[in-house]
Amino acid sequence: MANKPQLSIYWAASCGGCEIAILNLHERLLDLDAAFDLVFCPCLLDTKKKDIEALPDRSIALTLVNGALRTGENREMARLLRRKSQLLIGFGACAHQGGIPALANLDPAGPLPAIYLEGPTTPNPARTLPLPETTVPEGTLQLPPFLGRVAPLAEEVAVDYFIPGCPPEPEQVWKALDPVIQGKPLPPLGSALGAGRSAVCAECGRRKREKKISRFHRTWEIVPDPEQCLLDQGLVCMGPATRDGCGALCPQVSMPCTGCYGPPEGVADQGAAMVAALGSILDIGPITGLSPEEIAARIDEVLGSLPDAAGTFYKYSLAGSLLKGRLP
Amino acid sequence: MTRLTIDPITRLEGHGRIEIFLGEHGEVANAYFQVPELRGFERFCVGRHAEEMPVITSRICGVCPEAHHLASVKALDELFGVEPPPAAKKIRELLYMAFFVTDHTTHFYALGGPDFILGPDAPPSERNILGVIRKLGAEAGKKVIACRSRNHRVIQMLGGRAVHPSAGLPGGWSKPVSEEERREIEAIARQNVDFALFSLAAFDDLVLKNPAHLALVTSDIYLHRTYSMGTVDGENRLNLYDGMIRVVAPEGGETLKYHPREYADHLAEHVEPWTYLKFPYLRKIGWKGLVDGSGSGVYVASPLSRLNVAAAMATPRAQEHFERLYETFGCRTTGAGREPVHHRLATHWARLIELLYAAERMLALATDPEITSPEVRRMPETIRGVGIGSVEAPRGTLTHHYETDDRGILTRVNLIVGTTNNHAAIAMSIKRAAEKFITGGTVVEEGMLNRIEMAFRLYDPCLSCATHSLPGAMPLEVRIRDRQGEVVRTLRRDGTG
Ligand code: SF4
Ligand code: SF4
Repeated sequence: MANKPQLSIYWAASCGGCEIAILNLHERLLDLDAAFDLVFCPCLLDTKKKDIEALPDRSIALTLVNGALRTGENREMARLLRRKSQLLIGFGACAHQGGIPALANLDPAGPLPAIYLEGPTTPNPARTLPLPETTVPEGTLQLPPFLGRVAPLAEEVAVDYFIPGCPPEPEQVWKALDPVIQGKPLPPLGSALGAGRSAVCAECGRRKREKKISRFHRTWEIVPDPEQCLLDQGLVCMGPATRDGCGALCPQVSMPCTGCYGPPEGVADQGAAMVAALGSILDIGPITGLSPEEIAARIDEVLGSLPDAAGTFYKYSLAGSLLKGRLP
Repeated sequence: MTRLTIDPITRLEGHGRIEIFLGEHGEVANAYFQVPELRGFERFCVGRHAEEMPVITSRICGVCPEAHHLASVKALDELFGVEPPPAAKKIRELLYMAFFVTDHTTHFYALGGPDFILGPDAPPSERNILGVIRKLGAEAGKKVIACRSRNHRVIQMLGGRAVHPSAGLPGGWSKPVSEEERREIEAIARQNVDFALFSLAAFDDLVLKNPAHLALVTSDIYLHRTYSMGTVDGENRLNLYDGMIRVVAPEGGETLKYHPREYADHLAEHVEPWTYLKFPYLRKIGWKGLVDGSGSGVYVASPLSRLNVAAAMATPRAQEHFERLYETFGCRTTGAGREPVHHRLATHWARLIELLYAAERMLALATDPEITSPEVRRMPETIRGVGIGSVEAPRGTLTHHYETDDRGILTRVNLIVGTTNNHAAIAMSIKRAAEKFITGGTVVEEGMLNRIEMAFRLYDPCLSCATHSLPGAMPLEVRIRDRQGEVVRTLRRDGTG
């Protein structure tokens, strides 16, 4: 027992899907259990923190952190685990670039009035809002302040590797963990594990053509051809701007990729990469003789069929994008 | 006045906290259950494309993303005014039944069930999935893993992904089912029926035939006479995917029956300043605080409440077990209807009956000739501007309400999730447990911690889910403080026991 390497798993602000992805290793859970001594896991957060503090630095072989950072406690735990771990891996889209909860960063004003005063099922005649401190007959109750902004793990600590995906596919989780278990050489620090180095299009079996598109379709507007590239058919498929690794699961069921594996190797900003990819296939008609304003108006017209560009291009990567979570 | 703080680590809906105030004679003056975190989905979804909601709202909960995905597509059907073809509805329900089988399995064996299988006073280090496997044997452990595995395969086959599926569209489903897939799913459904019967037999042996456990199930520690809510089909039988919402009074008899799109006429939510989570209640009866009885609008939406509102089960084997449950509790049927069961520990039993129902229903759908029809989409022709959809999530009725502009961009979002429905009831059960185990200033440490844990697990692993995943006992920290906030004593339970 004593010589088994130690594994710790910490869950910051996440939905629980990453845990299910680990549970979905199914039979391999037993292999994971055989390879590691689990010293820390979400359920031990408070009670075991002291024990973690007491461990020698770098004594935990591997720590997986999933979820974005929302609270002070999330950040503190990330720092502590970084100090105690040889390898720290950001697990899943939220740890990597904020994930879907980071869409909240688009709304810096905060949600309180909308949720507590304006909801169709919230009559709230007294206009009560959650408060930092409430006096009740028996004493005082405290409530931590609402924290709207969500940050990726790397904003707080150095992250050795990340396993992308919302959540990572179990097959790929195993591919990422197996070399660690086997003690095999790992790729350069900062790389993605359990994913490819290209884009989802590379593993998508749909037929691609050199085609220009003059208008986008929302998913409910057309029934796409089952064989042909979705983007060629005018659906905004994030395949060109998304790292491969999942096996192009969504296009396989005729749904566009929404980008959950984050940007491809070497690309920092997934949304910018998507705009660039679209730029090369947009058909805005002949432009000779047009002024820059007229060209811009044509582009706007085509993009007009896609009213929520931010939510579409940065669905999983807003907190990690060059925009740092704030759009103008 | 002395104050007790219990801080369980829970993440899915935030980090729940219980504050217990003791009165002069050491009796429980009051207990507050606080949810100190808010993620704001209802707010940040405004501005998004409505059709993205099945994918976005899945991320509210990675444990039950299928429930959000389906409530969301049903809201989109309404929003775009389009009725999906029959095959699409059946595929959705088929996926949903596979999900229910795996979710209820996870809950029974890993989350809530250990309390029963091992007994509530077994050491915390034993009351987890590994302890369950030790008790039931390695074979049973393999069965549980295999059941989760094969049903996630079905979810991926039909929905594109095993966690956070992607195939839902307004007016239908993105992909039909091939004959080959259908055959595989049929075989899996048959295995599920066997597995559900095996689980009910285990429950029978370990709980119903064990006088001490049975006494606990039928004891009044979590007895709350509240309204019950659930979804029923045209014959008032349980349905998890679609139907009318039915509410039954504490003494039995139908109080309300409405289409999910009328939910806001019947439900309202109370706001307290000391928690981020709202308290839903029956609007016409009103919010009377954390009290039960027919004069209080508090209701419960859970596996047990769903059986309480159902006249019968739509599948034969589940019906047998359903009858047995109501016989065990001696519920009479009067002119008004059958008396509901209010012993909340019976929720675990009800969950297994639903497991069997879901398996049988899955088999029925997998053998329905229409399931392989290629016609799985109907195209929307208009944007109505409002769409409301609901399903029965494992933890209660789940409602999604969207409003959009004429481009289908969301302008308003309201969600009542499974967990939230039971907020008042959970708070009441916690207070009851505290009262039972704290008298005259004496705290029965282990007993109280156990019972408070059980109160969580009964209703809603979504408030405590992470804490119960592998190796799993719920960590609790109880701080006893005097009125100045000084800690006079700390009770602690380690997750590892
Ligand atoms: S754009 Fe989408 S559909 Fe087209 S090849 Fe790439 S992943 Fe496949
Ligand atoms: S296709 Fe795109 S959105 Fe779908 S699983 Fe793969 S990376 Fe994620």
